[in-house]
Amino acid sequence: MNLLRELWVVTAKDLRIEARSRVTIGQVLPFGVIVLLLFAFALDPDRGILPRVAPGLFWVAVLLAALLAVSRAFALEEANGARDGLRLSGLDTGAMFLGKALAVAIQLFVLEVILGAGVVLFYDLTPRAAEVLVPAALAATVGLAAAGTLYGVLAAGLRVRETLLPLLLLPVVAPVMLGATRAFEAGLGLNGAPGEAWPWVEMLGLFALIYTTLGFLAFGPLLEEA
Amino acid sequence: MTAAKPPDNGHRRGVASLPTNPRLLPRRVSVVLGWSTLAALALLTLFGLWGAPPDAVQGDAQRIMYLHVPAAWLAYLAFTVTSVASLLYLWPRTRSTVWDLLAGASAELGVVFTGLTLLLGSLWGRPVWGIWWAWDARLTTTAVLFFLYLGYLSLRRIPASVETRAKRCAIAALIAFVDVPVVHLSVNWWRTLHQQATVFNPELNPRIHGVMAFTLWLGVVAFTLVYVYLLDRRYQLAVLEEDLEERELDAAIAQRVAEAPSPRPAGVHS
Repeated sequence: MNLLRELWVVTAKDLRIEARSRVTIGQVLPFGVIVLLLFAFALDPDRGILPRVAPGLFWVAVLLAALLAVSRAFALEEANGARDGLRLSGLDTGAMFLGKALAVAIQLFVLEVILGAGVVLFYDLTPRAAEVLVPAALAATVGLAAAGTLYGVLAAGLRVRETLLPLLLLPVVAPVMLGATRAFEAGLGLNGAPGEAWPWVEMLGLFALIYTTLGFLAFGPLLEEA
Repeated sequence: MTAAKPPDNGHRRGVASLPTNPRLLPRRVSVVLGWSTLAALALLTLFGLWGAPPDAVQGDAQRIMYLHVPAAWLAYLAFTVTSVASLLYLWPRTRSTVWDLLAGASAELGVVFTGLTLLLGSLWGRPVWGIWWAWDARLTTTAVLFFLYLGYLSLRRIPASVETRAKRCAIAALIAFVDVPVVHLSVNWWRTLHQQATVFNPELNPRIHGVMAFTLWLGVVAFTLVYVYLLDRRYQLAVLEEDLEERELDAAIAQRVAEAPSPRPAGVHS
């Protein structure tokens, strides 16, 4: 119970900062929408390619936005020695990890919903099989947030943070990109039946579980060194 | 207290933990190993190019296998060594900078071997598959592996104290290693074009015999020797690099102390 309360302290702090600064909504979200537009410029929208490759494009946009969201989550801790404050707060480091990851996950999920609406609007796609898409998106989001938070603290405080984070994080989350795209393709009936999405959802769940556990264990030692 | 004499330990970046012996292997062993490596590579060249018969289907192109497969095995061996060394570093009882430097040296070799695997595979794929690159499970996994450890090497290059860097990198190495089976699984479900494993196949029945099998094993032995030899050299280089950095820092501080106009040496407040 204590863990949950401590977790929520951290999550609430990050969400409160977001509510006041509006960086994710005001900067990361428009960035994601621009990426969706860029894809339309790159692939001729009139030839019907866009709806077929929409799941992949959607997840690439989410992945790029997630990089920014994770960067932001740790940029918060740079100013005014906030990281030292976190270290000295006496909160459990595992709870801190879960709290920060949850804040990232919540913001990402909101982002996905809005970007999803953008895909439906721009790419002429009919949403269906929500009973498959929602669990797939949730599992992928938790995995992205967990791995992102883990690598975020690893790169925190380094002068090369902005350039290093993508190099570290993108290969690691390759399975999420792959699994979420396949699950969405199956769910939307673009490639196989919706039922074929479940193995991918399970894989995404496994990924989320592994990285949540790793982050829970490694966050303390990494925060100490940051 | 420290003002009386030049600071010897206070500022040092954990010099006490630097290995006193810069060599992994005794000098004599290293020399013998070097020559054996050269001999094994020469033998491999002979067998790979002339000793082994051309493949019934693929002809001479198949000879790339004698380099490609050992390179891939060695890449996995190198990353396994990195992970084990990182684990030994993180384990409090076995914590030593030796493991950190060994992990770094092995990861560097692993990236080289992975790059070599991709390059050789590409050269092999062109005549056999008709394409330089295919979105096949193993190719994709190997490419992801390459970038995973490239990131690890970048992390290693970031200046920090020996302990900080070692701990951070050891954790990063383990996180990356855990990702490998997940990448493998996901990519395997995605697609498979690459031929199945010849030696370690599910039936554990090697589908390769005679001179070809001998040449392949020779390749593995030769590449293992290359790996061990280079690991030894790279490790020694890493220890000397750390040592040099310590000495330069000492010299720079001594110079600053000597330049100080006041009787109290500057910069020593603690």
